[in-house]
Amino acid sequence: MRRALVVAAGALVLCGSASAAGPPNAADLESELVCPVCETTLDQSTAPVAQKMKTFIRVRIAAGDTEQEIKDALVAEFGPAVLAKPPKGGFGLLAWLLPLAALIAGAIAVAVLLRSWSRRRAPPDDAQALDPELERLVDEELARFDP
Amino acid sequence: MARRAKLVAQGVAVGLVALLFILLSWTLLTEEGGNLAAAAARGERPQAPDFTLERLDREGQLTLSSLEGKAVLLNVWASWCIPCKEEAPFLERAWQQNRKRGLVVVGLDAKDFRRDARRFVKRFGLTFPIVYDGPGDTLGGYGLTGFPETFVLDRQGKVVAAFAGAVNAEEERARLRAAIEQALA
Repeated sequence: MRRALVVAAGALVLCGSASAAGPPNAADLESELVCPVCETTLDQSTAPVAQKMKTFIRVRIAAGDTEQEIKDALVAEFGPAVLAKPPKGGFGLLAWLLPLAALIAGAIAVAVLLRSWSRRRAPPDDAQALDPELERLVDEELARFDP
Repeated sequence: MARRAKLVAQGVAVGLVALLFILLSWTLLTEEGGNLAAAAARGERPQAPDFTLERLDREGQLTLSSLEGKAVLLNVWASWCIPCKEEAPFLERAWQQNRKRGLVVVGLDAKDFRRDARRFVKRFGLTFPIVYDGPGDTLGGYGLTGFPETFVLDRQGKVVAAFAGAVNAEEERARLRAAIEQALA
C-alpha cells in the first residue's frame, strides 16, 4: 500500500514537472489576462484589442516564449492591470494578504463572541434557584391538570 | 476587560467605515473627467489634465504643459479602432494647414500595442507628435467614453471643445475647424 502511494505521488510530481516544462497553454493564459478595454478576461472578450492580444499570445507561444515572458511582454505594453491576478510581490502582495488578514480577524472576532456568549449562558447558581415553597405551589397547580 | 475590548472593536469598525466613506468621497470629488466635455460644451474652458508620455514618433517623452503658448488638438486613438482610420488623414491635413499658425496636433495612442501603433502611423503618413499610453492611465482624467475622442485646447491648455467619436461627418469637421480657430485666437 505504502509503495503504491509513493509511486502515485511520484507520478503526480512527474506530471506536474512535465506540464511546467512544456509550452504554455493559450487558453490558460487567456483566462489569466484582462482585456484593457472591456476589463474582462481575454477568453470572455471579443473586443478588437483582445483579439490582437490573443494573436500575440499564440505567436509568442509558437516562438517558444514561457508563460512569464508572455505576461511580462503584455505588462510592458498595457501595464500591470492586464494581469487578472495581482503579482505576489510589492504592492500587489497586499491584494493577497488583506483577505487573509480579514479572514483571521473574522475568525478571532467569532471566537471572542462565542466565548462571551457561552459565559452568559452558564447554568444559574443556587442563589437564582426557585424558592422551594414556590416550586411546591407550581407542582400543586400542575397536578390539577393531570388526568 | 471584555467591555473595553468590545468598545475598541466598535471603534475600529466605525473608523473603517469612516475611512471607506472618505475614500469614496475623495474619488467622487477628484474624478472630474466626465465633466470636462460637458463643461467645454457650456463654454467654461476647463483646464486639460497634464500628462507626460512616451513618444512613439521619436525618442523621449512629451509633456502636454510644455506646449503652452500653442493651441493643441489632442486626438485619442488606437490602431484597432476602425473610425480612427477614417479620421487619420483629416487630422494630418489639419496639422499641415495650421501648424505654422501655432497649432500642434498630438495623437495619443492608448490601450494598444506599440508596434501596431507605429504601423498605423506609417500607413497613414502621420507626421504630428504621437504619444503612447498603453495602460490608458491618462484617459480617466479626460472622461473618455470611447475611441476616438478629440479635444481642442487653447494656448493656455484649456479645453475649448471636445468631440466624442470620430470627426468624419462634414458637420463635425466644420465644428472642429471652428474650435481650432477659437483656440488659435
